[in-house]
Amino acid sequence: MNLDYSAEYLSFQEEVRGFLAREWPLKAEEAQLPREDQASLFRLRATKQGYLYRGIPVRYGGSEQAADPLKARIISQEFSRVGAPRELERNGAGRLVPTLLQWGSDWQKEHFVPPAIRGEHIWCQGYSEPGAGSDLASLRTRAELVGDQWVINGQKIWTTRAHLADHMFMLVRTEPDKPGREGLSYLLVPMKQPGIEVRRLRQVTGDASFNEVFFTDAKAPADWIVGERGQGWEVSRTTLKFERDQMGGPEQGLDLFRKIVGLAKRTTRNGVRAIEDPEVRQWLVALEGHVMSSYWSGQYQFSLGAKGESAGVLDYTGKFLTMHVIGLEAARIAQELIGDDALLLAQVTGAKAPLGNERWVNHNLGSLAANMGGGTSNIQRNIIAERGLGLPRDA
Amino acid sequence: MDFDLSDTQKALYSSVRRFFETEAPPSRLLKIYDRDEGLDRDLWRKSADLGLAGLIVPEEHGGAGLELLDLAVVTDAMGYCAAPGPLLGHALVGMALSLGGSEEQKARWLPRLASGEVVASLAISEHGERWQPDQWTAVATAGRLTASKKNVLFAADADLFLVGLAGGGLALVEQGAPGLTVREVDGIDRTRRLGALGFVDTPCELLPEGLAVAERIRDAALVLLAADAYGGAHRSVELMTNYANERVQFGRTIGHFQGVKHQIADAAAEVEPARQLVWYAAYTFDHRPDEAPRLAALAKAHLTDRYVNTTRTMVLLHGGIGYTWEFHCQFWLKRAMFDRTFLGSPSVHRERAAAMADWQIN
Repeated sequence: MNLDYSAEYLSFQEEVRGFLAREWPLKAEEAQLPREDQASLFRLRATKQGYLYRGIPVRYGGSEQAADPLKARIISQEFSRVGAPRELERNGAGRLVPTLLQWGSDWQKEHFVPPAIRGEHIWCQGYSEPGAGSDLASLRTRAELVGDQWVINGQKIWTTRAHLADHMFMLVRTEPDKPGREGLSYLLVPMKQPGIEVRRLRQVTGDASFNEVFFTDAKAPADWIVGERGQGWEVSRTTLKFERDQMGGPEQGLDLFRKIVGLAKRTTRNGVRAIEDPEVRQWLVALEGHVMSSYWSGQYQFSLGAKGESAGVLDYTGKFLTMHVIGLEAARIAQELIGDDALLLAQVTGAKAPLGNERWVNHNLGSLAANMGGGTSNIQRNIIAERGLGLPRDA
Repeated sequence: MDFDLSDTQKALYSSVRRFFETEAPPSRLLKIYDRDEGLDRDLWRKSADLGLAGLIVPEEHGGAGLELLDLAVVTDAMGYCAAPGPLLGHALVGMALSLGGSEEQKARWLPRLASGEVVASLAISEHGERWQPDQWTAVATAGRLTASKKNVLFAADADLFLVGLAGGGLALVEQGAPGLTVREVDGIDRTRRLGALGFVDTPCELLPEGLAVAERIRDAALVLLAADAYGGAHRSVELMTNYANERVQFGRTIGHFQGVKHQIADAAAEVEPARQLVWYAAYTFDHRPDEAPRLAALAKAHLTDRYVNTTRTMVLLHGGIGYTWEFHCQFWLKRAMFDRTFLGSPSVHRERAAAMADWQIN
């Protein structure tokens, strides 16, 4: 066990720090550009330097570096330290791109990967349906190949950012004769077309970032299928695995814990600063036990990954620990700390982000959503038990 | 940069686990629970032959000169087996002598501690949950000690006691010394016997170094209890999984039922990642001493809480059989109860961790 970097990596760390000192934040007139444009410009330069999109070939807009988890880790830590933009993590760059790199045709990679990692195309994910949530394999939206086009009919739901998206990647039933998951294919679909209607859904926060999407003879070109017909389930597993990984990152719990501690310093309880209240201190350190476990087991998994070894059950516990155990308890503590502000609804739509403690009300509500995306907590428990511990599948 | 056990540490873990699985299987543990046998000298000698008694004793004094992380790996494996014996207190007395003993004391005691010829034990706990060095009240005057200590591991069998004194001082007292009385109690975990010591004008020998060493061995003890707790909690998750894969009700193994499956998944999700918290706490003890006291407190509180929760769930999941004296669940259930309370309960160490946190300062 050794937590220090070797000379080679220390000098790489220096190199990254030097780059960041020169390139972020942007200077002179570039600093006047809109935030998003500044981030894009910086990402292009960091990619050219070999720091971002390292696993993606140059011809698809990546920097095509040899796999080196330690370097990737140093980059991520250094970029995060100075608040420099990192790789886009949304549906396109974070989920579709890894899937295309594994399953896509050359044509698809050339056409879809570069604009996705530049953030020029916004993608949404079309999996859940009104009758197919946790039981995703029972989905019913269908696509039929008519001439050189897929014709799609049905409905998707809980589709985040569908109202903004240029494209959707979706699971759709193309083989009506085959049962369950064997009948599914993974299709890419342009969103701006007459056959698609997007209806906003309001969430309990009052915000509306997810949608229902209705397909009535919507069209997609025949070669916008990823993988073979009937292979959609397998292809989609790549995407879901990425989603689980993104949602259980080891730093996430640590960031949240620091915010809760900050809140406890600013609020009062029983007439003293909340951070001095004995009960609050017990809660915080109890939470920190989970947070530090999550963080250090993440470091361990990272070390194993660098050696190409599997972490066993830890490969499946990350999201549940972060979102369920840590996320829900952090939300409970925050709710206690903000006192009567917990009676306020912090509406965010169309307004500036709330400035007062009521922002924690949104966090509290949002901690529930975090336990649904990428598979509900109960589905995570099934995965831990079945894949991690070898208990039998229920169905 | 590699946050993983070395191949040597992995091999150490496997061999210790194999040793206790062979030498102290549940059938043997039940005999220990059933009969008042005291220290199993034969098992102790065999484990000493394996090198366990002197693992962290410096090489020049006949030990293996390893670090706390190595001992934590051993303790993890022993927790897995609910292994009986006095190693916890014994190893810590060796550490105290190595860190704070005079050259004469080291030369006199360490080789015999390392070989296991002398069994040592810690006598620090006092009435009123006084476990921490700054709470000790025992006073030695002119080499004589009048005091009482409780919760001493293998008090009747140990040859040498390290006694905690007011202000964090440490003194050696030999078994059989004048004025020393030993009273055994029936402890919750019979694989780790407990007794109380009374000292009346008993001769003792001070270690030259006091408080800093006392706090250091307390921190080491907390890490080792956390490692033991992880080992036992990990075993409990395994035992639950095995039982769920065997036990048939309603025509199928109960592992098919989500109510059962989810209980086990919840335990695994809380327990398994916590092993790396133990490793990190041990690593800071060895390499980042500024962080070590806080991490030790955090790890002990966190792991022993997980252990108690997990073993209680384990008994519930087994139903009636899990609540019987003959069935093996009780060895881990009671070991968890021991680990939780020994050296101070989770709430004590959480408050200590809070007091040492950087959020305390800014």
